Amino acid sequence: MAAIHLKQVRKTYGAGAKAVDVIHGIDAEIADGEFIVMVGPSGCGKSTLLRMVAGLEEISSGQIVIGDRVVNDLEPKERDIAMVFQNYALYPHMTVYQNMAYGLKIQGLSKSEIDARVQRAAAILELGALLERTPRQLSGGQRQRVAMGRAIVRKPAVFLFDEPLSNLDAKLRVQMRLEIQKLHASLRTTSLYVTHDQVEAMTLGQRMIVMNRGVAEQIGTPAEVYARPATTFVASFIGSPPMNLLQGKLTGDGASFEVSKGNASETLRLPQPLAAAAGQERILGVRPEHLLPILDGSAAQLSLEVELVEALGAELLVHARCGEQALVLRCPANVQVRTGQRIGASFGAGDVHWFDVKSTKRLG
Amino acid sequence: MIERRPILDFLSHVVLVLGVLIVFFPLYVAFVASTQTAEQSALSPLSLAPGGEFVNNYSTVLFKGAAGQVTAPPVLHMLWVSLATALIIAIGKISISMLSAFAIVYFRFPGRGLFFWMIFVTLMLPVEVRITPTYQVVSDLGMLNSYAGLSVPLIASATATFLFRQFFLTVPDELAEAARIDGAGPLRFLKDVLWPLSRTNVIALFVIMFIYGWNQYLWPLIIATDTSMYPIGIGIKTLISGGDSAVEWNLVMATMILAMLPPGLVVVVMQKWFVKGLVDSEK
Repeated sequence: MAAIHLKQVRKTYGAGAKAVDVIHGIDAEIADGEFIVMVGPSGCGKSTLLRMVAGLEEISSGQIVIGDRVVNDLEPKERDIAMVFQNYALYPHMTVYQNMAYGLKIQGLSKSEIDARVQRAAAILELGALLERTPRQLSGGQRQRVAMGRAIVRKPAVFLFDEPLSNLDAKLRVQMRLEIQKLHASLRTTSLYVTHDQVEAMTLGQRMIVMNRGVAEQIGTPAEVYARPATTFVASFIGSPPMNLLQGKLTGDGASFEVSKGNASETLRLPQPLAAAAGQERILGVRPEHLLPILDGSAAQLSLEVELVEALGAELLVHARCGEQALVLRCPANVQVRTGQRIGASFGAGDVHWFDVKSTKRLG
Repeated sequence: MIERRPILDFLSHVVLVLGVLIVFFPLYVAFVASTQTAEQSALSPLSLAPGGEFVNNYSTVLFKGAAGQVTAPPVLHMLWVSLATALIIAIGKISISMLSAFAIVYFRFPGRGLFFWMIFVTLMLPVEVRITPTYQVVSDLGMLNSYAGLSVPLIASATATFLFRQFFLTVPDELAEAARIDGAGPLRFLKDVLWPLSRTNVIALFVIMFIYGWNQYLWPLIIATDTSMYPIGIGIKTLISGGDSAVEWNLVMATMILAMLPPGLVVVVMQKWFVKGLVDSEK
């Protein structure tokens, strides 16, 4: 059990003129027992950061503190961590039991202690019947469980997960997601979990770190990140389908927003005038579920032309166009729209997100 | 390819049986000759029926040694010399090349690429090419007529290093990282993970290298000047005297049969793993 502090952590590959920065100074505090998800597109540096915490990559500058120790120069085995790899990395020639016991054997624990720990982990993960099998005789989900078992038996201060579910099929992934949640609920071990899947990030994390190009764009609870994305990147990365982002200019009175893209420009009426920012260039964001379709022609805030309707069963995704700007609406399944129809849409004052055009940061 | 064509089956079996006969006939002749008396074995054409001297001939060569051009030691001793050198060469080659491949693949040190290519380039320099300087070195070190002199210069192996390197490169990096997190140091990782994983490769290499060592002729010929350090390959040659005295072909053949047994045995015993090591790419 330990807290983790990342202080201005940087990673640079190469040296001199050819140096490439992949992590640009990340600060984060992870409380003892917390489950933190690092999420971002591929190449954003999330796995590199995790491997730096694990001790598999050197830290170019900054500090990583686990518990009360600075671990920058410690070997992985001295950091009191356990890691679950994307491809499981089980020793192919050892049985499930030996795989879990290997690290303990190296630590020099007694046979009876090793056996007790392995049996307990096997019981938690329901691996009891598989202990004498080798990894190649196991299914993907079972291998994943063994990999977690190998982490549990070490009783580490920190669990590190590197996209552990991405090699599993969709159904198994949902199941394993629940099991990881249960596991964390019972063990209460500080966990760092890397994924590119925003659903995993939303469901698993007590807090999440949204990363992009080596920068932590936002750190917060899933609800916070969803409700108040700090940048347009976070707004478009978290949520499926992503938030609609419209670039345009507020009119002189601040009551309308002029969306211009390509040759077309459309004006939409704001639910609440924003006189303070009159005349400014801005990006307006609205989540698909906050855009309410208006089919009877009554007072709409913007008018749309329906391009495509995707029926997902429980709901409809309506892909529409406002001038040249593409938008998505998420509507209940009983809404009657068809391709080519012109519809209106409205949204509430509280559902508007404003972002700066240049810095793409959230305003207000 | 699964085809059911009886004529094709028959034809391919005929070809196979012919091939086996062609390979085995000389061996059979050698065996027959080794069971006859010296006079019988010198006859032309040779009788293809085994004679009655099997026990006598074999015990003569094994324990007494046959008189040829040079008086050779008993075959049993020469077999021992050959076995010892072949084993030292095979085991030495495997340990050295495994360690150097391990260093080249898993450690980052200055000149890593250079060292690999230097090892690789020595592939172009077989014993025959460097035999004079190597002899000079071995002789200066006083290793003539010793097991070390017979085996050490043949131990370095670019081929085996290269094979191990290629195998290690196919082992996923995560395995090494998992071992690091489990607290295994480099040598422990080599012993507990890489060694068991490369076992089939090791056996295949062992078979090849054992036979390579067993079949050495040129190198022992110049290194072993004392008959007590003759390996079996040289022993056979000394039995075939030129000039006046008659060659006892029955004893020559008996020695040859004995010389063929150990490598044959190694191949037969290890062929299951040997084939697996050459073919199996699954880990």
